[in-house]
Amino acid sequence: MIRTVFILVVFLLFSFSVNASDPLEKGEHKSWGFLGPFGTYNKSSLQRGLQVYTEVCSSCHSLKYIAYRNLSDLGYNKEEIKAFSENFTVTDGPNDDGEMFERPGRPSDHFVSPYPNVNAAKAANGGAYPPDLSLITKARGGGADYLYSLLIGYKEAPDSIKVLEGTYYNKYYNGNLIAMPQPLYDDGVVYADGTKANIEQMAADVTEFLSWAAEPEMEERKRTGIAAIAFLLIMAVLSFMAKQQIWANLKKKQA
Amino acid sequence: MKNSPPESQFKNPIINWIDTRLPIFTAMNETVGTEHPTPKNLNYWWNFGSLAGVVLVIMIITGIALAMNYTAHVDHAFDSVERIMRDVNGGWLIRYIHMNGASFFFIVVYIHMARNLYYGSYKAPRELLWILGVVIYLLMMATAFLGYTLPWGQMSFWGATVITNFFSVIPFVGEPIVSWLLGGYTVDNPTLNRFYALHYLLPFVIAGVILLHIVALHRFGSNNPLGIDIKSDKDMIPFHPYYTIKDFFGLSVFLAIFCVFVFFVPNILGHPDNYVPADPLSTPAHIVPEWYLSPFYAILRAVPDKLLGVLAMFGAIGILFILPWLDRSPVRSAHFRPMYKVFYWLFIINMLALGYLGVQNPEGIYLILGRTCTAWYFIHFLIVIPLLNVIEIPKALPKSISDPIFSSGSSEMGATTPRGQK
Repeated sequence: MIRTVFILVVFLLFSFSVNASDPLEKGEHKSWGFLGPFGTYNKSSLQRGLQVYTEVCSSCHSLKYIAYRNLSDLGYNKEEIKAFSENFTVTDGPNDDGEMFERPGRPSDHFVSPYPNVNAAKAANGGAYPPDLSLITKARGGGADYLYSLLIGYKEAPDSIKVLEGTYYNKYYNGNLIAMPQPLYDDGVVYADGTKANIEQMAADVTEFLSWAAEPEMEERKRTGIAAIAFLLIMAVLSFMAKQQIWANLKKKQA
Repeated sequence: MKNSPPESQFKNPIINWIDTRLPIFTAMNETVGTEHPTPKNLNYWWNFGSLAGVVLVIMIITGIALAMNYTAHVDHAFDSVERIMRDVNGGWLIRYIHMNGASFFFIVVYIHMARNLYYGSYKAPRELLWILGVVIYLLMMATAFLGYTLPWGQMSFWGATVITNFFSVIPFVGEPIVSWLLGGYTVDNPTLNRFYALHYLLPFVIAGVILLHIVALHRFGSNNPLGIDIKSDKDMIPFHPYYTIKDFFGLSVFLAIFCVFVFFVPNILGHPDNYVPADPLSTPAHIVPEWYLSPFYAILRAVPDKLLGVLAMFGAIGILFILPWLDRSPVRSAHFRPMYKVFYWLFIINMLALGYLGVQNPEGIYLILGRTCTAWYFIHFLIVIPLLNVIEIPKALPKSISDPIFSSGSSEMGATTPRGQK
């Protein structure tokens, strides 16, 4: 049994090393509160992150798998969500006359995308497509750390690197030349809760928010996991005791 | 037609009535019940067969639940998976169980196979049992590959492109076979549809082959850690309750470890690129298979010629079919084969190395190592194993299973690992 566990541990380390290949070799590692077996999202950070996304990122990046109703996870109540969703204009239809029409958003709508389709997004961004952000922390090696590093990674380009037309130097981007201009600047937003909005703070908040967007089930998942594993460990102990007792009978019989 | 079969002997009259007419309870009893005599010295490595069966059931149940919410269309597949993750009740749990269940199915089966190789279970008279197992393993790889394309992420798409391309190396008919598999000239909607249909079908084919595997198993019963034949009833105990409770304990431990992955690191065994929707116009920097196919991918890439590479990869699995005839040593268990034991562990290390190399870029040192490990894989089966039969002097075998246990006066009962085994 001990050997089984040992082999599983070896396998585990092995699989970690296999998947730890890309790309955050030199990025910033932050101790996010949502990591670890008991980690949870910080609601005020999520709310600030939503503000950064809405005021900065959403001019180019969609967030299409998130609906306004999902914002209840951030601690907003129904009225607040309804009011928030009404800030956006949704194209709906066709109506009974066969016409598309515009209406204010509802909580059941998904986040309105900045461009009607991929080609429009490319055309507006010099051929580069700003990816949807709903899954961004799951879709990049390094996850939250990578996203955070990227957002604070806009520095003066070293002389050895020639920054091409339409690209920007980023310390942490693979190849260092990224098509996205620096999105965050000190005081780029005015936080409703009075937190000072420097680049690091905004990057951390929007990373927390997008981590939630990628894994909104995370807190429930970990809670369920603790209960499931506790149950299984008790089951393992009890079944081991039962096993010992049954096999002891055998020993008596055959001795 | 001399005598009508005897009435069954179950206490419960309803069960007895049914069993007399349809002996399913007798069959169960003879498979996992009190009427299935089993060697009394099986260790915990013998848990992994029934464990694999349980994982298959978990996979089929979660798979059917996923199928109810999945849309097999290139425009909707990725979205429908995200819908399962976000909007379907418990959808994230079902999908993460299914996703990680695939990996754990392979972990369990790899341990099951490694146990088989160590204790020589593939040898006469269990050759067909082993061959059916290799067939199951092949079907599992096919099923896993087909399933991996369904979320229609970048790795799904490019993995499908790379793997179906293997068949294009077949002379003359290669290209037609590839278009027949894909339903077109490239991986596209027809490919996704047929892969989905086959992914749903194959698990039931696996279940069928497992039935044959069990029938073959019960012909001669389980091998055991000593690898010697059963001499008397004293060597045997009924499967129930001794191994049912032992398997149940093993299952509890397995599920606890499984849950660590499902609930806390559900994506650690996957690749981030598969959360990027498939894009036929953008190739990922590295196309890598899932870890469980990685050793064979390493073998493929170790060979510079495409046709020979594909042949080597399929040959690496094909060689397993003739293993019972490559290894002519009459002694089964590595416990009594000092030289085989060394080469066995070397083989395991070599497999892990191939698995690691399969996800690295085949350049420089990785390419050299990949070729060395590939060569060793074939040398192990084709030279080392036949040679050992000639030069190895096995240790003396115990007279019976009961013998060593009782003569050593050990307080531990049969189910322990043979002493002195590394």
